[in-house]
Amino acid sequence: MSRPDGFEMVVGLEVHTELKTATKLFCGCANRFGAEPNTLICPVCLGLPGSLPVLNERAVELAMAIGFALHCTVSPSTFHRKNYFYPDMPKDYQISQYDQPINVGGYLDLPDGSRVSIERAHMEEDTGKSTHLGGTGRIHGADRSLVDYNRSGVPLVEIVSGPDMTSSAQARAYVSELRGVLIAVGASDGRMEEGSLRVDANVSVRRAGEPLGTRCEIKNLNSLRSVARAIDFEARRQIELIGTGGVVRQETRHWDENDEVTSTLRTKEEAEDYRYFREPDLVDLAPDEAWQERVRATLGPLPAQRRAELAARLDAPTPAQLDAVTTVVDLDLEEYVHAAADAKADAALALSRVVNEVAAGLDGRARLSPGAFTQVVAMEQSGELSATQAKTVLGELLASGGDPAGIAAAHGFERLGEDDLAAMITTLISEHPEEWARYRDGDDKLAQFFVGLVMKATRGQANGKDVTANLESRR
Amino acid sequence: MRTATQIAADVRGGVRRAVDELADAYAAIAARNEELHVFLHLDEAGAATQAGAVDAAVARGDDPGPLAGVPVALKDNLCQRGVPTTASSKILEGWRPPYTATVVERLLGAGAVPVGKTNLDEFAMGSSTENSAFGPTRNPLDPARVPGGSSGGSAAAVAAGMTPVALGSDTGGSIRQPAALCGLVGVKPTYGLVSRYGLIAFASSLDQIGPLTTTVADAALVLEVISGHDPRDSTSLPEPAPTLVAHLGDGVAGLRVGVVSELVEGSDPEVVSAVERAASVLRDAGATLVNLSIPEIRLGLSAYYLIAPAEASSNLARYDGVRYGLRVDAPDVAAMNEATRTVGFGAEVKRRIMLGTYALSAGYYDEYYGQALKVRTRMIEAFALAYQQADLLIGATTPSVAFAFGTKTADPMAMYLNDVFTIPTNLSGDAAVSVPFGTGEADLPIGVQLLGPGRSEARLLAAARVLEIAEGRA
Amino acid sequence: MSALSREDVAKVARLARLSLSDEELDLFTGQLSRVLEHATDMDALDLADVVPTAHPFGLTNVVRGDDLTACLDRDEVLAAAPDVQDDRFGVPRIVGDAP
Repeated sequence: MSRPDGFEMVVGLEVHTELKTATKLFCGCANRFGAEPNTLICPVCLGLPGSLPVLNERAVELAMAIGFALHCTVSPSTFHRKNYFYPDMPKDYQISQYDQPINVGGYLDLPDGSRVSIERAHMEEDTGKSTHLGGTGRIHGADRSLVDYNRSGVPLVEIVSGPDMTSSAQARAYVSELRGVLIAVGASDGRMEEGSLRVDANVSVRRAGEPLGTRCEIKNLNSLRSVARAIDFEARRQIELIGTGGVVRQETRHWDENDEVTSTLRTKEEAEDYRYFREPDLVDLAPDEAWQERVRATLGPLPAQRRAELAARLDAPTPAQLDAVTTVVDLDLEEYVHAAADAKADAALALSRVVNEVAAGLDGRARLSPGAFTQVVAMEQSGELSATQAKTVLGELLASGGDPAGIAAAHGFERLGEDDLAAMITTLISEHPEEWARYRDGDDKLAQFFVGLVMKATRGQANGKDVTANLESRR
Repeated sequence: MRTATQIAADVRGGVRRAVDELADAYAAIAARNEELHVFLHLDEAGAATQAGAVDAAVARGDDPGPLAGVPVALKDNLCQRGVPTTASSKILEGWRPPYTATVVERLLGAGAVPVGKTNLDEFAMGSSTENSAFGPTRNPLDPARVPGGSSGGSAAAVAAGMTPVALGSDTGGSIRQPAALCGLVGVKPTYGLVSRYGLIAFASSLDQIGPLTTTVADAALVLEVISGHDPRDSTSLPEPAPTLVAHLGDGVAGLRVGVVSELVEGSDPEVVSAVERAASVLRDAGATLVNLSIPEIRLGLSAYYLIAPAEASSNLARYDGVRYGLRVDAPDVAAMNEATRTVGFGAEVKRRIMLGTYALSAGYYDEYYGQALKVRTRMIEAFALAYQQADLLIGATTPSVAFAFGTKTADPMAMYLNDVFTIPTNLSGDAAVSVPFGTGEADLPIGVQLLGPGRSEARLLAAARVLEIAEGRA
Repeated sequence: MSALSREDVAKVARLARLSLSDEELDLFTGQLSRVLEHATDMDALDLADVVPTAHPFGLTNVVRGDDLTACLDRDEVLAAAPDVQDDRFGVPRIVGDAP
């Protein structure tokens, strides 16, 4: 996407997700967030002398599931050691995958129709966590640091996209869609705020037609908002730099949530040399066809398919309705719409009620069965309940359960009787002769005037359609 | 000194108590430990508890295990919970592991009584135990000479009659060479036969734990206890411990024994003739001799001295002063790492870490480490080919008998040449046994080496038994 | 094979978090060069198509079930640590970010 200044941005994303396993990647310590520091450690994840790693089968399966969901080829793979010194790394090397990762070559289609290539998705272990004392609590300016190894050894999958994205919006959509996929296959809980999903963005800029510019890596973005803003800031920074005759240096930068800028720490004199070599304490991984099939068979439909299936229940869905479809699938609420549509109720109405009322009362979703929901929609559709009444019934079902008819009766939501309605309309007509005259002479818009009066008088209990039908019959 | 087989039989039979065997061991230790510097630590409390438990089991009529009451010395690179474990390095001085190695757990489960931790070359890097940060160990047969390395302390413990059994580790010959220099039986098992969980790693793809004993039968007995699949070691072979003791009397009739010229090249004349004599003993016992040449053996030293240091440079990175062991303070963590490691590691360890780091570094990986890995494949293929023509191979364990202190320390290469006959089996992952056979200069023992394909321990020990009988031992 | 220079050794020492005196730099450069020179004997083989071996006996797919096992006692672990604060391992200031 070319910008007004003639520059385009090129973005590639590396997304790390922690896997939803019970135990860590190479040992049986619990894979759990929020425990007391250094209580989830053992000789293996603490890297004690003499310890050895043993691969978690479930982590392999989730890694494969991610690969299948992203249309990758699940390949024979090995583990490598990535060697560097850092206090949150108990062995001062990280067991990762290098040139033979488990998943190679896939793609992710985004809701806007664009496709982002996936170069690889590999397994690796997480590091411990440091807190920094003195200074501002950030690493720069701290006097000392304290390390907790609970997170050390937690299984990660790193998903590397191609440098295919051309806007911050697309990058954001990619992360959102990817997160949905990871949650759908059961691999991740997607909690960016807890750090179970982390994004590194590689950003470069170039004038249209020129070769790729130098890229900078922005590390550890942990919300969709940061992803978009950091990328925009960085692209702007690079463009301004080039504009004033400067040169973009390849470096790692950090996004500051508060100041909303990317910045770099003092760059080291030498680039890191990770001295990758095959991990001798592990053996090669080559999941056979049978194992791959078992994993593939557990995969349910992915968000894109679920969106398509839901949209298919609507007649010529509008863009607003398609947005609603995306939201409903994200929230995993489509079963309600499907249930209503299966019962031949109005799918569009059902969609509206789900994306508005049900979504608002999400905490109580266990109390609302698809059958009860369908009933409410049907009652609204037939006129038994007005829109307002239907929303009230749904709200109460979500808050405290029950059955629709019972709740309606308890509220006295009976349809206003034909005679009572007719009498009320007669009275209103006599009170507003001018408006009635204009309506009688053909101005249909005034039907809404009378509907409004009836609604006010009945405190929303009347059915608008009944009113218009009655007015019509008097013309 | 009585053998482990005898002690176990006596304790199991109620003829002797474990605590009395232990007392004998400590008496023998007290007699010569100061002179020879064998043990870095004696775990008297732990040993007393274990011996008491064994005796209690016998008294109850429970099975106390196949090694009941047998005192065992453990090389100080084996973790034992609560017991100081240093790998003979200042960087781990005072460290007490919070967990126990699988092999030690198995020994304990079999009723053996670990008495203490023996000296070694620092982080198992060396062939003389002169690289220990806590002073060398002396050869009990001639205290002016080295006991070999890196399992020098373990070899000395057994050779001095302190314990009938010691565990060592072998990465390039560190069990077999000290066994040879001290007149003992030493076994480097098939890679993966014995769990490495709890062995402080030197070179992960080469390290194996094994026994040093005075008799072949004792080696077989210990191996049966410590070997077999361990789910905590991913490289561990899937099958349970092999049967070895029952096969000791199998003999060698009908076996083809390959006499490999490269496995005696450059040895002292007495060593060469010992190997020849051993080969004829096997022939007289019914084996057929086959002359073989495996030229790839000559490349073993080069491949080994790139692969082992490379893996070691990574395995030893964890000693950074953060979580355990020595810390030398500094204003920032990188400086602290550097100060700690500079003070904490000896020269040989530093040398190998740098060699290994260089061999793996960007721009040099293909030329050095990558190349060495390919040579290793060729060596594996060469041995596989040889094992089509022979059921086992015979050669020397070391080119010479025990040498005097300080004679090979000036030039690292001179020391590395000690390992030329043992290294190939670490690279191929196959099994090898060193058996005392004959004597050389100054009446010092010579070790003859028997090599076999992976999982051939039973055959090798049976052949070793033949040699043992011929020498009039046991 | 490339020749090993003093600068190479200094760089490698930094990577390995070792500090060497000038004498040690010289000594080690000489000693390491000898080992590497000896390694040139590997050039005699044609190794172009040779593949490194993973496990010598071809083990693959060794995994364990996703089952909980006991963790270490924190006190015992921290007792071995040189510097403890708030149940965490204390280290002097970290300069530079994680790579």
